[in-house]
Amino acid sequence: MSAVESDLSEIQLAAFRETLAEEPIEYDGLAAEYDADEEAYHIETPEHQTSVSADDLGTVAAEQAAYITNWYFYTQQVGSEIKRAFCRWLELAEDHPVPDRYDALAAGIDREWGQLRITTTLADDGTRRYEVRHVDDSDANTDTLTTHTDPFDARDIGTLDADGQYRPLRTAPSLDSGWLFPDLTADEVYEAVEAFYPATVVNWHREQRGELDIDHWRDEQDRQSGIYNLITVLPDEAVEWATAACCDDSQCLKRREWELSEDEPLDADGGDGVFPCREPCSMVVAAGREWAKLEREDTQTYEFELTPSEKEQLEEIVDAVADDTVDEIREADLDESANRYRVRYLREKRFDDDGNLSGTPTRPDGDDNDGANDTDDHDE
Amino acid sequence: MQSLVIVAHGSHLNPDSATPTHTHADTIRATGAFDEVRTGFWKEQPSLREVLRTARGDDIYVVPLFISEGYFTERVIPRELRLEGWDPSLWDSDGISADTATLVASDIDKEVHYCGPVGTHEAMTDVLVRRAESVTGDPSVGEVSESADSEARQTESDGGFGFAVVGHGTERNEKSAKAIEYHTERLRETGRFDEVKALFMDEEPEVDDVTEHFDSEDIIVVPLFIADGFHTQEDIPEDMGLTDDYRDGYDVPTTVDGHRIWYGGAVGTEALTADVILERAADAGADIGDAIARVRQQTKPTTLVAGD
Ligand code: SF4
Repeated sequence: MSAVESDLSEIQLAAFRETLAEEPIEYDGLAAEYDADEEAYHIETPEHQTSVSADDLGTVAAEQAAYITNWYFYTQQVGSEIKRAFCRWLELAEDHPVPDRYDALAAGIDREWGQLRITTTLADDGTRRYEVRHVDDSDANTDTLTTHTDPFDARDIGTLDADGQYRPLRTAPSLDSGWLFPDLTADEVYEAVEAFYPATVVNWHREQRGELDIDHWRDEQDRQSGIYNLITVLPDEAVEWATAACCDDSQCLKRREWELSEDEPLDADGGDGVFPCREPCSMVVAAGREWAKLEREDTQTYEFELTPSEKEQLEEIVDAVADDTVDEIREADLDESANRYRVRYLREKRFDDDGNLSGTPTRPDGDDNDGANDTDDHDE
Repeated sequence: MQSLVIVAHGSHLNPDSATPTHTHADTIRATGAFDEVRTGFWKEQPSLREVLRTARGDDIYVVPLFISEGYFTERVIPRELRLEGWDPSLWDSDGISADTATLVASDIDKEVHYCGPVGTHEAMTDVLVRRAESVTGDPSVGEVSESADSEARQTESDGGFGFAVVGHGTERNEKSAKAIEYHTERLRETGRFDEVKALFMDEEPEVDDVTEHFDSEDIIVVPLFIADGFHTQEDIPEDMGLTDDYRDGYDVPTTVDGHRIWYGGAVGTEALTADVILERAADAGADIGDAIARVRQQTKPTTLVAGD
């Protein structure tokens, strides 16, 4: 292997000796035990097999030292099993043995978690350090980014999007950029990720172990009370549309794992996100309640006079709003259906003074109650 | 290992709804009284459904950052946290005396201590007083003879203050009015304020007519709400006549019908609320050392607070 300088510190050696006094170590390619009769430490790594006295522990080959610092970091410095699993994922631990990983960590290993780019690097003593920035800032000069040291700052960074709009769904792909956590510990990187994308690591970890508990739409329907009882009447077909509308990767970075029920899969794409979504979130439930109200209406046949271009224009306006591209349309780009001047022109031409398309009343029988909205629906 | 889990409502619309929860969590985290402090929300992430799995402790204390007992504390939270065998009678409460119940949360197969809401704890009265002090900028407000800084009150009256505690009313939740009445009575018992009254948004006596309910020239008005939102920032200031349009803001105090109104906004944003969360956990058996004393000291206002 390449010569990696992994000097073992007194603290690391003491922890190693103390652990071996209790029990043998087997971790990530390292096997070690203490032979009390011979007063010798037997250490086995893929390339070396040694037996040394306590005094000579500090002189083991660089390869073995790397395995020992790796053991020390993961078992003595990282606080919990979930954090350990996450940090190991961050450095692709399952794919590469320790020496290769140490080489790669010298340059930094990048991984993406939602819109976060997390880079793991290595200090001489084997301690990992973590840098977190927005994926869009991957190539940004660090001087141009606002530096943060407190992982809980991530909460505030994630509250508003780049336009200053509130992000009620923290897993929406609208995280603002321009910030940097240059140097976090393992515990801190976990807290930062938890603040950006709450509970995603723990659910990912459950999934990794084959223990992800999924609550499907029908479970959610059964559980609701109060104003959300209404989702029990949402037609199944509408759940299809709702998931396609809300859970698509363009709207939410979680990978939807819930279905109508265990035996009734939904057709909509669940997405490719790293972390799973194990049950309908409160946004989707609240939206489902609105759609349940709207779906109570019957359809009606209307007659409209439109030119073919006008019909297409209306369709393209809907696309522009749904795909959030309205802001990209240039002021004078009259080719674009959702251009403001084009839309204003259409309104002048086709809407009457009451805002009715083609002068066609919404409710010909004169009933102006739109039936879809009731008021007192705030529970906040 | 000891974990504190603060659960709150949150909002899809208002980014400030979760702010007090996060701020108080930070305050408590800084005391080191718990190995970890987690937050969970009905409307935000992590959801109430998933917050317990983010907690690692052997001893988990769940404190609802809610004003009163009722639908959320008795039904929604226990259901979403999956507290096995929960029944409101376990709290043995008369509507304001819920303390704690210990139940297994099936999400994590561990026992958790489910505490009563912050709003009905007696220490919440102290937070109302603290808000009166911070909104007037006078740590002795109401105590006429001891008032350190009568000028800060800008008052030419005899220095006495009225205090209005504002709540929703019974329309939404009968027990929410109980919490208001409870603190109103406790404030009255302190004898510090000349008049203390409970006012409501959607029933008599209404906050709209605040000046009719008080003789005192100076009236402190504090809504018993957890977070500022459209009720506390828009409705109440407009209803009381502090401003025609909340977007224009208002002065503290604002003179209305010859009374100076010192409007304090939602009491839950007062830093001392962190203390009530600690009290709830301590009452449920959490070992928090001198954290309560430290939070009380640390959250003392050092500067004047303006209402808008
Ligand atoms: S329900 Fe859909 S929108 Fe909500 S968190 Fe899951 S995947 Fe995202």
